[in-house]
Amino acid sequence: MLNNLLLLIGITLMYSTPLVFGALGGVISERAGVVNIGIEGMMTVGALAGAAVSFFTGNAWLGFIAAGLAGAAFAVLHAVAAVTFKADQNVSGIALNLLGPGIALFAARLFWGGGTQSPSIETLPKILGKGALAGTPWANLNVDVTVIIGIVAAIAVWFVLYRTKWGLRVRAVGEHPAAADTLGINVGRIRFTCVVLSGMFAGFGGASITLAIISQFTQTAVAGQGFIALAAVIFGKWTPHGAYGACLLFGAAQALVIILGGGVVPVPSELLACLPYVLTLVVLVLFVGRSVAPKADGVPYEKGVR
Amino acid sequence: MEPPRGQGLVHGHAKERISIKKTRFASLASVAAAGALALALAGCGSGGSSTTTSDGSASANGSSSYQVSMVTDMGGVNDQSFNQLTWEGLQELEKETGIKVGYTESKQESDYATNVDKAVDQGSNLVWGIGFAMDSAIQTAAKQNPDVNFAIIDNAYDESDLTDNLTGVTFRTQEPSFVVGYIAAMTSETGKVGFVGGMQNDIIGTFEWGYRAGVAYANKKAGKNVEVTTQYLETFTDAAKGKAAGQKLYSDGCDVVFQAAGNAGNGVIETAQDAGKYVIGVDKDQYSQAPDNILSSALKRVDKAVIEISKQASEGEDIGGKNVELGMSDDAAGISEHHEHMSDEVYQAAQDLIEQIKDGTLTPPSTEDAYNTFVAGL
Repeated sequence: MLNNLLLLIGITLMYSTPLVFGALGGVISERAGVVNIGIEGMMTVGALAGAAVSFFTGNAWLGFIAAGLAGAAFAVLHAVAAVTFKADQNVSGIALNLLGPGIALFAARLFWGGGTQSPSIETLPKILGKGALAGTPWANLNVDVTVIIGIVAAIAVWFVLYRTKWGLRVRAVGEHPAAADTLGINVGRIRFTCVVLSGMFAGFGGASITLAIISQFTQTAVAGQGFIALAAVIFGKWTPHGAYGACLLFGAAQALVIILGGGVVPVPSELLACLPYVLTLVVLVLFVGRSVAPKADGVPYEKGVR
Repeated sequence: MEPPRGQGLVHGHAKERISIKKTRFASLASVAAAGALALALAGCGSGGSSTTTSDGSASANGSSSYQVSMVTDMGGVNDQSFNQLTWEGLQELEKETGIKVGYTESKQESDYATNVDKAVDQGSNLVWGIGFAMDSAIQTAAKQNPDVNFAIIDNAYDESDLTDNLTGVTFRTQEPSFVVGYIAAMTSETGKVGFVGGMQNDIIGTFEWGYRAGVAYANKKAGKNVEVTTQYLETFTDAAKGKAAGQKLYSDGCDVVFQAAGNAGNGVIETAQDAGKYVIGVDKDQYSQAPDNILSSALKRVDKAVIEISKQASEGEDIGGKNVELGMSDDAAGISEHHEHMSDEVYQAAQDLIEQIKDGTLTPPSTEDAYNTFVAGL
């Protein structure tokens, strides 16, 4: 029982961490009024950059930082298209989702002798060190250090958005950019910064897969996490804490699937595989209720247009 | 009909990814729907929206005018898996016999038919399709080009679909699974071993039931009482889920886990490293991924299969009109040579089992029914 409970917590945290980073990226960008469905592509680029830098330098921390930078650099494309040139934000996001895996695959083939996956690489440490508590149920709580970074990042994003002047401006820009503009806030600059930041978080999310969950880059390392993260943004009502909770819920649902599977009385795995989605629907209907996007989300800001 | 074997491990990704995405987002806002569309597109593109194909025609160094080409699936020729192994086999074939070989890479599913036609136009005598997903492309081409031989890896056709120039090649993956099952049971100290499957279907079933039979065989012969716990992921791509399943099995007391779950299986290998336990690789020798933890690997030798069958065809043998099932007796299946984590006696016994499977005195089961019969007959 204790074993299963600790296992549930461990798996939930492990599974939800990449989602947390992706969702925080989504929250930052959308609170500033830029829809970012390119999270998946940014995560893939981050996953590749993290793995590559860790592979060539042997230092996973450098890889993690590089992943954030790569994600941010990649997000500049979205920022330029969506903010500077006021293009349709969905289209540019989709473009990023197509481009990201393409770039990652191309780079992977360059780096690793034409292969689509990397060899094993150096990974980030566990919070208590590798192999600590091994053999006891408590080993399940020896989670990857990215779990902690994810929690800290969520708190930091919450603090910045709700407790700083800059955060207030970000929210103002997302709700009513014209009003913010009349007060002297540079709408374009705030949005640009937020999109680039969202790329950084997404990059961290990708790296938290390739540098912590598995120790290599594969073509399928990021397989939909970016979209689940976006769902978590909506589910969490565009707030960092809400999104974090949603990611935990998705993670817990996956953990339940694993723990209920393969038991003494095995539940058919096809049925279990539905569980996360059923659970999501139930929670959405019963507890979350109406989720309202920032008012100016997805609308390019034209100066002087009302 | 024999089910296509093993292909799901590598080739099923794109489709699965798309369908999961669709269900996941059916209920969410339009933004997310657009996202699912994007993923679907990305899935098809699999590494770029490019539709170009590249040719790797190698020049003949012998006098043979026979020409063999392969069409890869979306993994490409450097996928460190089936396609790559096939290409290595063809290159070896060229060295050995002077047969001309070449490949065409597919970037998306819609390339299959075009690429197969292209291979025919280049004057190939035998065209290989790699992966079950190419079944209809190969079948159509076989109908249209009765003078050219076609063969496919990991697919068996219905009798009625088999034209005289069409060969389906599948593998008896239950055989290496049986042997690694035996090794797992003999190596386990906790009396519990695990199996992680990608998807519950006939293909992965051959791995599971072969493995279970190997464990049962060890229990019987060595007086052990090793239990098997299985876990199905319903994904071949989500490594985090593989990792979770690994955590569950190892913390339940399993000390050896056999994974047949494609990239999701990498997650199991990862947990084995964290937990300091053993894991068994699949399809290719995964030893290099975790030298301290890979106990063995259940191998599927696609290279041997293409060499053997291409040779037969070039020598004028009639290979068409049938499904071929290859296993250990054809050297098309086996286990890893690395065995430092097991005792010499166990490795020796495993080699004996392989000999018995080769000469037909031992037939590992590939389905639950066959497994029950097998266990009853022990």
